[in-house]
Amino acid sequence: MAQATIDPAPLSIASLRGDPRRQRKEGLIKALFLGSAAMSIVISALIVLSLAGEAYTFVSQVEIAQLWTDGWFPRRGIYDIKTILIGSLLVTFVAMAVAAPIGMGAAVYLSEYARPGVRKVIKPILEVLAGIPSVVLGFFALTFIAPEVIQRINDGATTFNLAAAGIGVGILTIPLVASIAEDAMRSVPMALREASYGMGARKVTTAVRVVIPAAVSGLVAALIVAISRAIGETMVVFIAAGATGGSLFTTDIFRPGQTMTAAMASQAAGTDQVRGAGLTFQSLFFVGMLLFLITLVLNLFADRFVRRVRQRY
Amino acid sequence: MAATAPLPVTAELVRDRLQGRRLDVTGTLFRLLLLLALALSVIVLGVLLYDVVTGGLSVFTDRAGDFLTGTLGSQPANSGLAQGLKGTFYIGVFVVVLAFPIGIGAAVYLEEYAPRSRFTRFIDVNIRNLAGVPSVVYGILGLAIFVKAAGSLTGGRSLIAAGVTLAILVLPIVIITSAEAIRAVPNGIREAGFGVGATRWEVVRSHVLPYAAPGILTGTVLSLARALGEAAPLILVGAVTGFLGGANSYNPATLDDRFTALPIVIATWAGRPGPEWEANTSAAIVILLVVVLVANTAAIVLRNRYEKKR
Repeated sequence: MAQATIDPAPLSIASLRGDPRRQRKEGLIKALFLGSAAMSIVISALIVLSLAGEAYTFVSQVEIAQLWTDGWFPRRGIYDIKTILIGSLLVTFVAMAVAAPIGMGAAVYLSEYARPGVRKVIKPILEVLAGIPSVVLGFFALTFIAPEVIQRINDGATTFNLAAAGIGVGILTIPLVASIAEDAMRSVPMALREASYGMGARKVTTAVRVVIPAAVSGLVAALIVAISRAIGETMVVFIAAGATGGSLFTTDIFRPGQTMTAAMASQAAGTDQVRGAGLTFQSLFFVGMLLFLITLVLNLFADRFVRRVRQRY
Repeated sequence: MAATAPLPVTAELVRDRLQGRRLDVTGTLFRLLLLLALALSVIVLGVLLYDVVTGGLSVFTDRAGDFLTGTLGSQPANSGLAQGLKGTFYIGVFVVVLAFPIGIGAAVYLEEYAPRSRFTRFIDVNIRNLAGVPSVVYGILGLAIFVKAAGSLTGGRSLIAAGVTLAILVLPIVIITSAEAIRAVPNGIREAGFGVGATRWEVVRSHVLPYAAPGILTGTVLSLARALGEAAPLILVGAVTGFLGGANSYNPATLDDRFTALPIVIATWAGRPGPEWEANTSAAIVILLVVVLVANTAAIVLRNRYEKKR
């Protein structure tokens, strides 16, 4: 804006620094953004804090014998950890049996075989599948998967069963597996594929012997993230596995059972309040702590694997 | 393999090998298997939608208006979604008001301001771990902090507690997706801004954010959809699963009242026996899916369009 006729003011360091008001505003805004980012740490701290307090009360007051008996009946003071732990593992196992092959297969196809036009149609469909709320899958597991799939495989299966819930959870995690695995395979450099083709390898050989081994960390990460998600999935199991009050210890996936997550939800939903005899309320936090730690470890592992892919290529 | 007798080399054989005329059995099988996997995931979606829509059809043809305006009841024929819709609406408001600005702010800090320090790395890892924490655990957070500790402010098991809890639940997703969108802004745009003497905030406000807006919008809409479909944390926070008297006016003064939400209504009805409840549940699911999937699809289409443009 300087006009040639006006005498220029002598230039100093201060005038180069700019308007102090502008500077102050800049500092304020930076502090605001830093505050938003720091919020995530506050949230983490609050999560740990809110879990740890009551969980500690539970551990210090519960009779240890009640943690390893038979069945999960918090309202009667029976807190058998293995019932809900095995329940979670069974559901996760079934879910992975569904999601791993389907998700991985879809990922390999999308990354190695699909023409761009096909990809452009299929990817959004998978994303829509990823957006379906878990209550919907829970209802689907109960009203469709259980009678139409599970009870056809096994006549003796009950209406509510762990297998149907597991398949429901599996469907939920398919898009997750597919998208992480596809990302990993697409980040494998084209040169590796070209080298393989140059040696006369077929498409299938290239995919199986070159691309998949090169992307294996990412594929492992996809599986771990999916397992973590499956262990933490609540509503599908809550609706379709049918153990609202409590559950006996079971290793039969065709019977009703309880997982860690569903145990928490059904305890909170059971009566009007999250309350009960003795340590019922505290047991909720104890299970939450357990769940938090398990998924945290899994997520840290997955993160490390993802990083390995990124570093290499 | 070494012991096989050498094949007689003929011109035809060489030509076949070079042109790959042999039927590639393994390759074709592998390809078919992969296609099957892909087809299965698409078919599942189709079956699910078909099942739910046909299941809920009778409710819409018989009593569409009444179903949307009615309140929770003990009889399937006079139960409606009004209270669930109200809860879901306000949860969405909380997410938009709380999670969006804080999340985008955090993303701007991480991408534009943060020094490459240990502290920044720590925040980064922390956010990614928060994104992996199961939603029930956020429910515990809501129960301990917003229902119990801050109960006098939130009204205990209220919409406020639920809204804040879900805003916190999706915050990491908002941050991660926004940060990704901001990272994709070409550096030349920032440098051009700095070159004419703009401060960092001025560059962010007038160049980085507008350029990243479609990506940020996509991420935020996806996270909003996630929050609207979430049920587990609400159960822990104390959403009403049985009967809820009145309380379906949208007056914000009722935010500290007891509440329910669409996914909670679905979870509750899904547990009730009989075909009428099943039809009701299907119909409620159709409503929830319309809300969630319309948001999702819009976000995905929007992103794909902008990706193509650049």
